[in-house]
Amino acid sequence: MTANLLSIADLGAEGIEELLRLTDSFVEVSERRIPKVPTLRGRTVVSLFYEESTRTRLSFEAAAKRLSADTMNFSVATASVTKGESLRDTVVTLEAMGVDAVIVRHASAGVPWQVARWVDASVVNAGDGCHEHPTQALLDCYTLRQRLGSLVDRRIAIVGDVKHSRVARSDVLAYTALGAHVTLVAPPTLLPPSLEGWPVEVSHDLDAVLPKVDAVEVLRMQKERQTEALVPSLREYTATYGLTRDRARLLGDDAVILHPGPMNRGVEIAAEVADQPRSVVTRQVANGVAVRMAVLFLLLASGAAP
Amino acid sequence: MAERERRTAPPYGGSFVPRTRVMDGDGVRRAITRIAHEIVERNAGLDDVVVIGLQTGGVPLANALVEAFARIEGVQVPLGTLDVAFYRDDIGLRPAMPAAVTDIPAELSGRTVVLVDDVLFTGRTIRAALNAVCDYGRPRAVQLAVMVDRGHREVPIRPDFVGKNLPTRRDEAVDVHADGVDLGELVRLRDHA
Amino acid sequence: MIGELLVQGGTVVDPTGTRRADILVVDGVVAAVGEAISAPAGARVLDAGGCLVAPGLVDLHAHLRQPGMEEAETLESGSRAAALGGYTAVVAMPNTDPPVDCASVVRDVLELAATACCDVHPAGAITQGRAGTRLAPMAEMAALGVRLFTDDGAGVQDSGVMRRALEYASGLGVTLAQHCEDAGLAAGAHLHEGAWSSWLGIPGMPAEAEELMLARDLALCRLTGAAMHFLHLSTAGSVALVRSAKAGGLRVTAEAAPHHFTLTAACAASYDSVFKVNPPLRDDADVQAVKAGLGDGTLDAIATDHAPHPQEAKEAPFDQAPPGMLGLETALSLALAELQLPVEEVLALLSWGPAAIAGLEHEHGGPLTEGRPANACVIDPSASWVVEPERLASRSRNTPYAGRRLTGRVRHTLLRGEPVVVDGEAQR
Repeated sequence: MTANLLSIADLGAEGIEELLRLTDSFVEVSERRIPKVPTLRGRTVVSLFYEESTRTRLSFEAAAKRLSADTMNFSVATASVTKGESLRDTVVTLEAMGVDAVIVRHASAGVPWQVARWVDASVVNAGDGCHEHPTQALLDCYTLRQRLGSLVDRRIAIVGDVKHSRVARSDVLAYTALGAHVTLVAPPTLLPPSLEGWPVEVSHDLDAVLPKVDAVEVLRMQKERQTEALVPSLREYTATYGLTRDRARLLGDDAVILHPGPMNRGVEIAAEVADQPRSVVTRQVANGVAVRMAVLFLLLASGAAP
Repeated sequence: MAERERRTAPPYGGSFVPRTRVMDGDGVRRAITRIAHEIVERNAGLDDVVVIGLQTGGVPLANALVEAFARIEGVQVPLGTLDVAFYRDDIGLRPAMPAAVTDIPAELSGRTVVLVDDVLFTGRTIRAALNAVCDYGRPRAVQLAVMVDRGHREVPIRPDFVGKNLPTRRDEAVDVHADGVDLGELVRLRDHA
Repeated sequence: MIGELLVQGGTVVDPTGTRRADILVVDGVVAAVGEAISAPAGARVLDAGGCLVAPGLVDLHAHLRQPGMEEAETLESGSRAAALGGYTAVVAMPNTDPPVDCASVVRDVLELAATACCDVHPAGAITQGRAGTRLAPMAEMAALGVRLFTDDGAGVQDSGVMRRALEYASGLGVTLAQHCEDAGLAAGAHLHEGAWSSWLGIPGMPAEAEELMLARDLALCRLTGAAMHFLHLSTAGSVALVRSAKAGGLRVTAEAAPHHFTLTAACAASYDSVFKVNPPLRDDADVQAVKAGLGDGTLDAIATDHAPHPQEAKEAPFDQAPPGMLGLETALSLALAELQLPVEEVLALLSWGPAAIAGLEHEHGGPLTEGRPANACVIDPSASWVVEPERLASRSRNTPYAGRRLTGRVRHTLLRGEPVVVDGEAQR
């Protein structure tokens, strides 16, 4: 375990297991009458969000506060980036104020790695461009294990815009590290140009995949990327790759549906399907806070990090 | 000394090498029975008593204590376990991973909580446990039962029920288990190699 | 003024061969070459013991950033870096601000070049503003001595424009050089398209973006009969295309940059934008193909594509940082170490090969014989050194080789007899 969480690859199977075990303790804390422990009293956690993501930012903030850390917020709209301050100057300024952890979200892949080179504080990747989103993958694993038990030899389909999905990249690493088999389901234009080295199978036929899986993860169809015209239209996408009501019937009785949110109801997932008991979307959000508590605890308090 | 403390006390990762047997298995069992009687006597019965074992060394003793209550009084006392990892005052100074999920099965407000640990040393673990207990509610009273009090307190905490008072040097270690209590040292394995 | 100078104790390597010889320089010209020449009274003596004495190196491709981007590089700092790297002539790319697309900017650059540490020859733009639509006034620039024209930084996308440019240039006796990149396939790309770009979540440009324009231009060479030079070729497919074009008799030449035979796309895994360059670092198979192309004569020259950028620009997120890396001070060492070619062939790729392409063969690239201008470098092939960015002469620090130990280094450089570098130290 390093002092940063940049990629699921940094954790390995053992690190993921450790974090999921630790998450159990924080789920217990979250269920208490006062869901708060004094563990990170006097520590400061800053969210550095160059890309708006209210839910992820709030989830990290709740996690930090439940650990009694002080939290600070750097959001782009109000900040000096608009005055042309460089990323490095911003980060170094924050560190000079005395922060122990920096939660970084940026539309460009790799920014958390750059930040980690410039500061001594722990850096947590809260989503970098189309690259990784490790805490989302951890909470997905945790949520799936609550429903499915062990993930060894479980079959999981990830459906949608894998090409631009940081969630998909982190999930592929995490699911396979825990022993699951992953199938990516998407039109070729929404898959990365090369899948060399990815431990996955690929399908372009969602109907054929659904009956065989224990879980299906539906990715957000990013409307803003439509400009690239990677699919002819959203209507055609929904018809071929959307988890419609009829398609959801192809799933096994115990199969689980995940979505990293926010959902485009009626595009990648039908509203009724999103609300089925097999959908664990709200469970994912609740577990997100506990997982992020575990991450902050591990990085800042456990002494397990060097 | 519990396995976890062993990993987290200097020398970190050392293994316990026993030197002197200070209590045998019968002694431990007799001490538990005696402490059980003392608790019943002090509280004039077991109404509203909740037993909480501290992870990890206090948990088997708390189990044994609840069994003793069942024998003596025929009552099933609520039993919980508590991990104080999130409440320690040395966070970041040394490894402090929680060993298990905390499990508090009953409402603590208005009740008498008996904290159970194996060894009372600096008192800092109990200080952390008191903080944790207060997050679950406002007990009428909190009492402390330990198998061994080895001295060297760093905070003003004293036990209510003690299996054995054992004078020790600071650098010694105490190991409590079902078959008895040993006094010895923590030795780093590679020092032997 | 320069007087007499003796380069003593070295082994001369030039297009005529390799032999033990001292070189006596009088008034900037080689006056005598032979064994054990004794120094005339008052002559300066440069020790070349254990060293190779070669014609000065010629770089077909450097971005010296002047005018307009002086915080990154100037002709002064860039030419000093070049001299330290053994170069006596550098072709400066026209993507400056303003671009070199008319006689007045050419004059500005030539004026700055007068005091530089090596000869600087500006390349002119093919199209006005490098915009790819209207031809730049090539004749007026050629009249000032410009021999190479390119829109480098971008390729000329429109096939019709490129055909007209080739036809027009052939009438002037100048050579067009293409940065091969199909804009449609390369749109939005910051890396080589492949396993690494896919995993890192950064859009990549496929090898075909380069090969497509190269194939088109080879067809246009056939159509127009014009000669053409291809800049920084980086893919196995490109090397194969040039090889068969040459076999088919086309008058084409091509260069490769040191980073394309020493580094791969995997370097970008750290998201350090010092490894961002255009064309991007490719795969191992491409590296091997480029080496093979340099070894078998398919590729005619090693060109640095020296592209300085200030630190703050390179500290932007990877997809916002400008592409480019330093090259002038490391190219020779890398070529000697990585190509596994005889030293004569390496020097042909660095010196007389590019000198001929740039039309500089009368001044640069040897041979080091009596009556020739004394443009030369003295190379200690066993000198071992570590690349320290802050000690480079360039105004920028964006070398991808920071911390790397290299073998082989320039000891002295002579520009028309003047020792501009002595014992590894720049003299002006």
